[in-house]
Amino acid sequence: MSIILDKIFAHTSKFIAVSILLLVAWIFTVLLQHSMESITALGFDFVTETKWAPNLEKFGALPAIYGSVVSTFLAMILAVPLAIGVAIYLSELAPAKLKTPVGVSIELLAAIPSVVYGMWGLFYFVPIVRDLVGGIGISMLTAGIVLSIMILPFMAAVTRDAMDTTPDILKESAYALGGTRWDVIKDIIIPYAKAGIIGSLILALGRAIGETMAVTFVMGNVHQISMDLTLPATSIPVTLANEFTEASSGLYYSSLFQLSLLLLVISFTIISIAKFYFLRRKRVGL
Amino acid sequence: MTHTTKRIIMNNIVMTLSTISAVIGMGFLFWILGILVINGVDALTWTIFSQEGAPPGYENSGLKHALIGQLLIVGAATVVGVPLGILAGTYLSEYGQKAKLAETIRDISDIMMSAPSIVIGAFVYAVVVAPMGHFSGWAGSIALTIIMLPIILRTTDDMLNLVPSTLREAAFALGAPKYKVIIQVVYRGAKAGILTGILLGVARVAGETAPLLFTSFNDNFLNTDMNEPMASLTVTMYNYATSPYEDWQKLGWAAAFILSMFILTLNILGKLFLLKKKGR
Repeated sequence: MSIILDKIFAHTSKFIAVSILLLVAWIFTVLLQHSMESITALGFDFVTETKWAPNLEKFGALPAIYGSVVSTFLAMILAVPLAIGVAIYLSELAPAKLKTPVGVSIELLAAIPSVVYGMWGLFYFVPIVRDLVGGIGISMLTAGIVLSIMILPFMAAVTRDAMDTTPDILKESAYALGGTRWDVIKDIIIPYAKAGIIGSLILALGRAIGETMAVTFVMGNVHQISMDLTLPATSIPVTLANEFTEASSGLYYSSLFQLSLLLLVISFTIISIAKFYFLRRKRVGL
Repeated sequence: MTHTTKRIIMNNIVMTLSTISAVIGMGFLFWILGILVINGVDALTWTIFSQEGAPPGYENSGLKHALIGQLLIVGAATVVGVPLGILAGTYLSEYGQKAKLAETIRDISDIMMSAPSIVIGAFVYAVVVAPMGHFSGWAGSIALTIIMLPIILRTTDDMLNLVPSTLREAAFALGAPKYKVIIQVVYRGAKAGILTGILLGVARVAGETAPLLFTSFNDNFLNTDMNEPMASLTVTMYNYATSPYEDWQKLGWAAAFILSMFILTLNILGKLFLLKKKGR
């Protein structure tokens, strides 16, 4: 009896574990299937065409891709120095009394739903941008800034975790040799935890590029490519969030699936680079 | 200037910059938190819990429909996702261990954890909503289950791994079959850790909006039929906040506050469980 139960337990758990792989394969297949119409109809033009006009049956994804790249780039430029600063502060500078409370609150802030960041952006940040740089406030710039603030806690927390992997004994040895804190950071922690730090930053990038709600509120979903950051723009997730339920025609529907597939492939690639190249053998942190 | 002075000056510059960036970063984050609390508390009234949604301008409007919808959608996802995730995690830690298959499943789940959730929504739309012909609470739950699975799986895997193998060996030596060892010894040893994983997993999916936009969609009135489109706090928040009506926006803030407090509580509980375990 218990031999049978043993077998059942082992096989059920294995079956469920393997179905995770099948599920991921299924997700890719379904997205690809539903994109076929647009892939065959539009071909490579899909990613080079700049016009997105569903009423004219024109579907060019370049504005959305451009928006994703630029908003994420802006977010990274703003968030990376801050996150590294916060991480250095938490791992080396903060007095013991502050270390845990500040560290925990950063982790808790990373858990706040991104839709809340989006709401804050819409009601409190858009007016500030409007007053400072003009325009309507709903813009690529606003989206980049809100995205950077949304990603900051996650980025700071994982970067700090990477820095904290440096063995204390190495740091203590350097301090004993008369090193300043900056010496220890630049000559001990950064060389030791370099891969982990870079991996954490790229992981945060992977999250940022797929982020929907924080930017949907403040980006405007306007399909245009402009150097002017104060104009409304769109990104792949923003387009999906705004237009998915409206898609009526086959090609419109299919091109949105192609956008989803594109987004999934891009983030899979970025996250894989972070995970496999930089964070290998590191236990996952939530 | 001596070399030492230069180093000390450099050190002070970098440390100041780092402290400033910590202050700026924390400042922004507490600004958001402060606004959330101020607006949320301001908008909280009893009618929020007792009344359903109403057209803008209508006095007696609340979030009952969204609260119940949220509970149903997240609840169903938890009921399905947690056992599946725990079993899959058990396979990784107790059977698969370092085998190639287990490692691949770990890697793929790690990636899935950070994959864009809106894409999961599109997938569920294609395989559930489109064939059924309409949005439904179930579709939302399925999307959330998919997002929750890898989280539960990986924490279970990690937590079971922390159980000392001597405990397993002792149970085996008493003649217990493997499934009994796992259920009665390993699970018990990893209880706090698994619970933390569940809490964090639920907290994570409870805040998801994007995958619900085109799966469970929305409904401004109370509906408990999971076969129908269903309101959730997050989608309601999005719709109300982007509406031009002030009373709806206010309800949106109340929803944001309630949801954030729920998620923060789950996270704090999860951390406490882990701490308690470490302290023992």
